[in-house]
Amino acid sequence: MALDEVKIGGLGASRRRVEDNRFIRGKGNYVDDVVLPGMLYMEILRSPLAHAKINSIDTSAAYAIPGVRMVMTGEMMAARNLAWMPTLSYDTQAVLATDKVRFQGQEVCAVIADDPYIARDGVEAIIVDYEPLPPIVNPEQAMAADAPLIRNDKVGQDNNVIFDWEVGDREGTDRAFAEADKVSEISMHYPRSHPSPIEACGSIADYDRSTSKLTVYMTSQAPHIVRAAVSLVAEIPEHMIRIIAPDLGGGFGNKVPVYPGYVISILASILLEKPVKWIEDKTGNLISTGFGRDVYLKGEMALRNDGKILGVRMHTDSDHGAFFSDAQPSKFKIGLMHSTFACYDVPSAHLTARGVYTNKAPGGVAYRCSFRVTEAMYFQERMVQAAADDLGMDQAEFRRVNLVKDDDFPKRTPFGFLTDSGQYEKCLQIGLDAIGYDDFKKEQEEARKRGRLLGIGISTMTEPLGAGNSREYDILGIKMFDSAELRVHMTGKAILRTGAKTQGQGHETTWAQIVAHELGIPAEDIIVEEGDTDTAPFGMGTYASRSTPVAGAAVSMVSRKIRAKARKIAAHLLEVSDEDIEWELGRFYVRGAQDRGVTIQECAMAAYSNVPDGMEPGLENNAYYDPPNLTWPFACYIATVEVDPETGVWDVLRLVAVDDCGVRINPMIVEGQIMGGLTEAYAMANMQFITFDEDGNCVGSNYMDYLLPTAWETPGFELHEVVTPCPHHPIGAKGIGECATVGGPAAFVNAVMDALKHTGVRNIDMPLLPDRVYEAVQTGNDISGMPPVKTTDE
Amino acid sequence: MTSLFEEVPVSIDGDIPTTRVEVKVNGERRAAEIEPRLLLAHLLRNGFKLTGTHTGCDTTNCGACTVLLDGEPVKSCTVFAVQANGHEVTTVEGLASSEQLHPVQEGFKDEHGLQCGFCTPGMMLSAVALLNENDNPTEDEVRWALSGNLCRCTGYQNIVKAVIWAGAKMRGEA
Amino acid sequence: MYPSRFQYEAPTTLAEAIAILAANDDAKVLAGGQSLIPMMKLRFASPATLVDINNIPGLDFHGADADGTYRIGALCRHAHLEKSTTLAEHQPLLASCAPLVADPIVRTRGTFVGSVCHADPQGDWASCMVALDGSITAVGPNGKRSIPVKEFVAGPFTTVLAKDEIAIEGVIAPAKGTRAGGYLKLERRVGDFATAGVAIALDMSGGVVTNAGIGLTGVGAQTVDAADAAAALIGSSLDPDAIEQAATLAAEVSKPRSDHRGSASYKRHIVSTFVTRILGNVQRAEMQVA
Repeated sequence: MALDEVKIGGLGASRRRVEDNRFIRGKGNYVDDVVLPGMLYMEILRSPLAHAKINSIDTSAAYAIPGVRMVMTGEMMAARNLAWMPTLSYDTQAVLATDKVRFQGQEVCAVIADDPYIARDGVEAIIVDYEPLPPIVNPEQAMAADAPLIRNDKVGQDNNVIFDWEVGDREGTDRAFAEADKVSEISMHYPRSHPSPIEACGSIADYDRSTSKLTVYMTSQAPHIVRAAVSLVAEIPEHMIRIIAPDLGGGFGNKVPVYPGYVISILASILLEKPVKWIEDKTGNLISTGFGRDVYLKGEMALRNDGKILGVRMHTDSDHGAFFSDAQPSKFKIGLMHSTFACYDVPSAHLTARGVYTNKAPGGVAYRCSFRVTEAMYFQERMVQAAADDLGMDQAEFRRVNLVKDDDFPKRTPFGFLTDSGQYEKCLQIGLDAIGYDDFKKEQEEARKRGRLLGIGISTMTEPLGAGNSREYDILGIKMFDSAELRVHMTGKAILRTGAKTQGQGHETTWAQIVAHELGIPAEDIIVEEGDTDTAPFGMGTYASRSTPVAGAAVSMVSRKIRAKARKIAAHLLEVSDEDIEWELGRFYVRGAQDRGVTIQECAMAAYSNVPDGMEPGLENNAYYDPPNLTWPFACYIATVEVDPETGVWDVLRLVAVDDCGVRINPMIVEGQIMGGLTEAYAMANMQFITFDEDGNCVGSNYMDYLLPTAWETPGFELHEVVTPCPHHPIGAKGIGECATVGGPAAFVNAVMDALKHTGVRNIDMPLLPDRVYEAVQTGNDISGMPPVKTTDE
Repeated sequence: MTSLFEEVPVSIDGDIPTTRVEVKVNGERRAAEIEPRLLLAHLLRNGFKLTGTHTGCDTTNCGACTVLLDGEPVKSCTVFAVQANGHEVTTVEGLASSEQLHPVQEGFKDEHGLQCGFCTPGMMLSAVALLNENDNPTEDEVRWALSGNLCRCTGYQNIVKAVIWAGAKMRGEA
Repeated sequence: MYPSRFQYEAPTTLAEAIAILAANDDAKVLAGGQSLIPMMKLRFASPATLVDINNIPGLDFHGADADGTYRIGALCRHAHLEKSTTLAEHQPLLASCAPLVADPIVRTRGTFVGSVCHADPQGDWASCMVALDGSITAVGPNGKRSIPVKEFVAGPFTTVLAKDEIAIEGVIAPAKGTRAGGYLKLERRVGDFATAGVAIALDMSGGVVTNAGIGLTGVGAQTVDAADAAAALIGSSLDPDAIEQAATLAAEVSKPRSDHRGSASYKRHIVSTFVTRILGNVQRAEMQVA
């Protein structure tokens, strides 16, 4: 009898999470929990100015403090060729400033001391003489003819432009616009935000002179990439570097890059021959580490009167801060922005993109996002709503006209991605039915007569998750595949390791479910380990919703390799030939004699005690998986809101989410991912942003100014599903972690815009702070750009 | 002893005034010789090795460091350790007995009320404080009581369910 | 975030605490610490000496005297006020403000009097005390003195307390009639500073306002006393004209800054809107009673 897959914790089981057993007891092991003998503590001095020449640094008072062991400066780093390091986008980034500071919060010095309190005393005692330079705080300033040059360190860089890039069919798009009945235009800004995991970044570098080995505990979503990077930057042989990413207190893309703090702690440990712990404070995290977004769009859509989209033209200006350190595939300068409009049938499209340096923190990380798809889908869905309104068409109907039909797959997107499956109209319809679209429209009309402003907003999208295939996707030349290694012990228990790195997604639970599905070994008999580069197979890490599409597929594939070997062992045990063996979950049996069989556990025992002649003993293997394509989850998010016209405050009435991530390995975890994503979408639309004043001072460098919603503000969510298995993934699964963050914001913003439709307002840039909504209601004008960057008395 | 170590670093010897504190932590009397500037969160984490109490922000917003001080939830990053002298502290490590989880812990696991686990100890202690006062809260009451704790992963919906689940268990209904 | 070193004192009597304050320059009183400790962690404040008054008995109280005078002791936490079952009948304004101060965990530790002493223009309680024309009782080497709250704050984060004085209680005079009022605060999320906040205290007698006070949060360099707006209400029965006049005058006296929480004109508009809403609520409640 085959096993009951759900009972053994296989696919589809809402298995309770294994990792929770330690987390709920306070026994998680985060970087700051690691204590090594003789450990010292490091604190960083950051620049108070956005742009300034460093005339001198006086560290003598810091050295005079008892307990201060060393003060590291840019000069010390430069002496070891470590003042600058490469970024993930083939640029360079200062580790400790030598010549000038280029953003507020930039690392200037580091103090290593007996405890962190003393290290902070040391930081306070350092005197830096700065000579202020004019700061640049937005792309417009950066591109001005007389703009000061931010990157005067770079040979041949004579302006602040990082790239000019284009993709798509320029001529075809021009023709579409020439033939259009109507052109809909809209400009908008996706503001700078920060992934802001509750745990900030940190590292403990431990260089052991006696073995020449460097061990670094680190908050990294991609420890193997870090190992390679550290090896290249610090010129330490790769086998002498061990990166351990223990439990991570969230990541969301923030913990992908290599930050100066890590590098400084490593050099400090080498110089002092002691473990050095650096735990970033929240201000340091928000003010200096990888931000997301900060892109301006000018979008145009060529339309036919019946609602058909003929062409799309987009131009983006992106603000990358002082160093181009975007975490994204090498080929694509503005990430996967050109994945936009993938769910719509758009005959031609063209995108131009310009990236610039500013005196702001570097980053451009994939914040719960596959490399700018969040901006791509937000722009898409805001353009779609504007176009529907411009045509006077119902927003749901406009989508229906343009969504790609179920039998059109495989289908090239307007920019050439290949989508392979989808049921977009069904997804939309489930959402409309769930929210009661027609009834709400009536309610909205009635309410408006009484002065109440209700609105409904839709966002439909499909997005490419799971980079990559190695032909197209690499980071610094390292191909984006992933790996799994499975060892089945003789009693049929197993250990699985992958090159991914969980940060709350529950890999320890779900990977075991994939093995259970493939081998029939109960999930509880499998432990999962990730994050230690000395033991885990090489992998590119966890971000961009790539774990299930890539590492998860590798788990499937390695399990199948194990099963293939077990089949041979089974044939040997059952004394029949391989071809006469059938498989059912957890068991091989003789074709035509189902009662004659052996379990996978019996095969495991035999692998160590009774293998056929000529077979290697043991039952372990590994798999590297290079996906043939990206996976294309899709979704429909619908929000209803009420706007208080007197204050501009808006409340979410309902949020319906319909997600298709293919086969759900653990439905409970999938829903958890969706709700987390929706909350970040809500945060983005409502309150979460980083801005700068005209002097380049960061507004949003702590949780008093950078607002994450609490349980009180966060709305409730209603979840629905469509299941369209991914045709190329071994178990039909797709990525899910970021979908709601990607597609969600437009639903909220579209809903508020819908509530204000009668005023003629077409756009308010996020976040929709009450004062901005109020002003729009009052004036009927669009509200563009960041909230006021100037703090003024009246 | 300095602010953080059993071993006394040579640098601290002598001039820096320290004070002895005695705190009942999770029912056990613990003592340390500390500098007054040491925050309670750091005494618990570094001094008493109870690393389940996390620190997440600089501005008393995130609540990851929440512990119970004489039964009341406080942000332990915003209390000096010396102020806990003679008082009782409950941390996440004190919620379960060796065999039996606290209903709130069970609820968080059963309702998938955590993901990365970093905010979880503080969140659970706020929930325990609420349920000790009111073991049958409404959804709004739970959301209100937890609004001093930030979670970045879950979207709170399952946390709310977890607390309501735990309340039912405490009332003997689950 | 790690504070600088300081000398810690934990007196058990007020006399002892005052003596320590007198003997030390740059000493600060530590009560709830929910504003002071974050500032020390950020090193915006680095007092040389902290005088922790938490071990002094007799300061943890709030309640009404026989004559209706309401007293709130220096160690009365926000949560004690929030969870009080009797506060609302005596001081409806305080009862409506209590749940809006900071967040639930900060409220278990932070104190009412400490909040007023912090003199942050964003402080919610200070606006309530201005509206209620309350006072602070301070003790020093020469005994007690009562300082009206409107004179207590000397500027942002500064009070008129002498260096050897401790604020031991907030005092609110008895109502002339029935006390009414409320607090509204626009915050983007729990624990956010107010974009703007309005505290209104009214004494009502036979449906007529006999006494009124309005304090405004976050719309000036310090808590704003909207005295003219309040005066416009006295003698009225909260008719629409009176409400409108009060709302207009309150908005006019506001001196907000434009910043990332909103433009100055928006904040002024919120003041006007909230004055209207609070007074409308009071008026409706009065109608129900009548």
